[in-house]
Amino acid sequence: MASEDVKILGGWPSPYVMRPRIALNIKSVNYEFLQEQFGSKSDLLLKSNPVYKKIPVMIHGEKPICESLIIVQYIDEVWDSGHSILPSDPYDRAVAKFWATYIDDKWFPGLRAISRAEGEDAKKEAAEEVIAGLVLLEDAFIKCSKGKSFFGGEKIGYLDIALGCFLASLTVTEKMGNIKLLDENKTPNLFKWAEKFSSDAAVKDVMPETGKLMDFAKVLIAKSKAS
Amino acid sequence: MAEVKLFGSWGSPFSRRIEVALKLKGVEYEFIEEDIYNKKSPLLLKYNPVHKKVPVLLHNGKPICESLVILEYIDETWEGPSILPKDPYERAMARFWVKFLDEKCFPAMWQACWSIGEEQEKAKEEATEFLKILEGTLSGKKFFGGDSIGMVDIAANFIAYWFMLPQELVGFEVLTKEKFPKLNEWMNEYLNCSIIKENPPLKDKLTAVFRARFQAVSARVLLKRDRRVRVFDDVVHVEDVVEVGEKTKNDTVLTGVEVDRESETNSNAIQRGGA
Repeated sequence: MASEDVKILGGWPSPYVMRPRIALNIKSVNYEFLQEQFGSKSDLLLKSNPVYKKIPVMIHGEKPICESLIIVQYIDEVWDSGHSILPSDPYDRAVAKFWATYIDDKWFPGLRAISRAEGEDAKKEAAEEVIAGLVLLEDAFIKCSKGKSFFGGEKIGYLDIALGCFLASLTVTEKMGNIKLLDENKTPNLFKWAEKFSSDAAVKDVMPETGKLMDFAKVLIAKSKAS
Repeated sequence: MAEVKLFGSWGSPFSRRIEVALKLKGVEYEFIEEDIYNKKSPLLLKYNPVHKKVPVLLHNGKPICESLVILEYIDETWEGPSILPKDPYERAMARFWVKFLDEKCFPAMWQACWSIGEEQEKAKEEATEFLKILEGTLSGKKFFGGDSIGMVDIAANFIAYWFMLPQELVGFEVLTKEKFPKLNEWMNEYLNCSIIKENPPLKDKLTAVFRARFQAVSARVLLKRDRRVRVFDDVVHVEDVVEVGEKTKNDTVLTGVEVDRESETNSNAIQRGGA
């Protein structure tokens, strides 16, 4: 039985921090959640992640593990409680890893670009790119889920975690930008999946509530305007 | 029909990684050379519709894309020397370094070779910083993977040819023996280990390509650099405008204007500073 001396360094608003927390919940592993103070980096963070100085970091015993998806894979390999997070078949694993890389390298930067877009036309163009990405992911969902509720099948898996952690940010972007991104008509499977994922036992306590996240974003904007 | 096919390009370090891994595992494969600069084949576009890039591994008709994903797939599918370590923590470390190589080292080193002026100086500084970090990980080890090559060594392949050759050609000194003794030693070990020695990338062909590229780049001249800051709603846009030209026989002709824009909301700027 692996030692359960586990700490997660992170912050409640961060989608990347959600990922290892969901994984640990799936495995029923207790952990200490050490929240970084917003606007500064703790000594522990700088010592544990000297290369990137970013959250999340998992500290297992004395060993730090960095990069959210690498942490998720580590958790899956160390603990066999709960259910497997990565698919068992090597090809299915490769497909899940491919789409997770796409989400991090292309899709989420596209989502962030919406709030940076200058003017209505640019916003619309940025939104269309995100929607196009969701259409690709809808297709991936159909292939990976094989008729079940999640990318991982009956239960939440790697790709569910990789994409699902961004659902709150997606909703906030939709509300603040007054645009629709996750559309029931364009991507019906993803639309249904989003609800199921958000209410899953391993997810619901770590996913920030949309209102709270939006207030957080608004406070930041107000603070920056005041300074 | 071959069970394993690899769509790749002789000049691509990402494609070479896969060849090394397949040879390490003793896997027979058919190599399909893609003309990635001129015309990509319909099959490549069919098997990698999202990125349209090499390498793509085709195993029993099923495509796998993204070199790092392919490397792990090869390790899980075929017997033979391990590419990733067995221990979960060591695996996490290997994955971390491989990501660092691809996301940070490779782009900085590429820019250090092929950009000009201030951009090049900045890239050289960045590349030096990243190489220092890599140098540190080699303490007491022959390879990044320990006694034998592993995923990090395979992923670091671009250093040996795709960085060292241009460095020689362009004439700058970032990765020197004096500054990076361990990395230099690693390169010797890597190039001399049997799997690489028996299957070297085509050094002469690469050198010719880099030489031609260098000639094109050195004709480029930085004409003007301007920075402008604009604020629109809550978004701050910082634009670097660079005008480049090309030296011809009698004159310098304006050939392009590049605008590099960084935009962020004031709130993101604060978040960025935080984590």
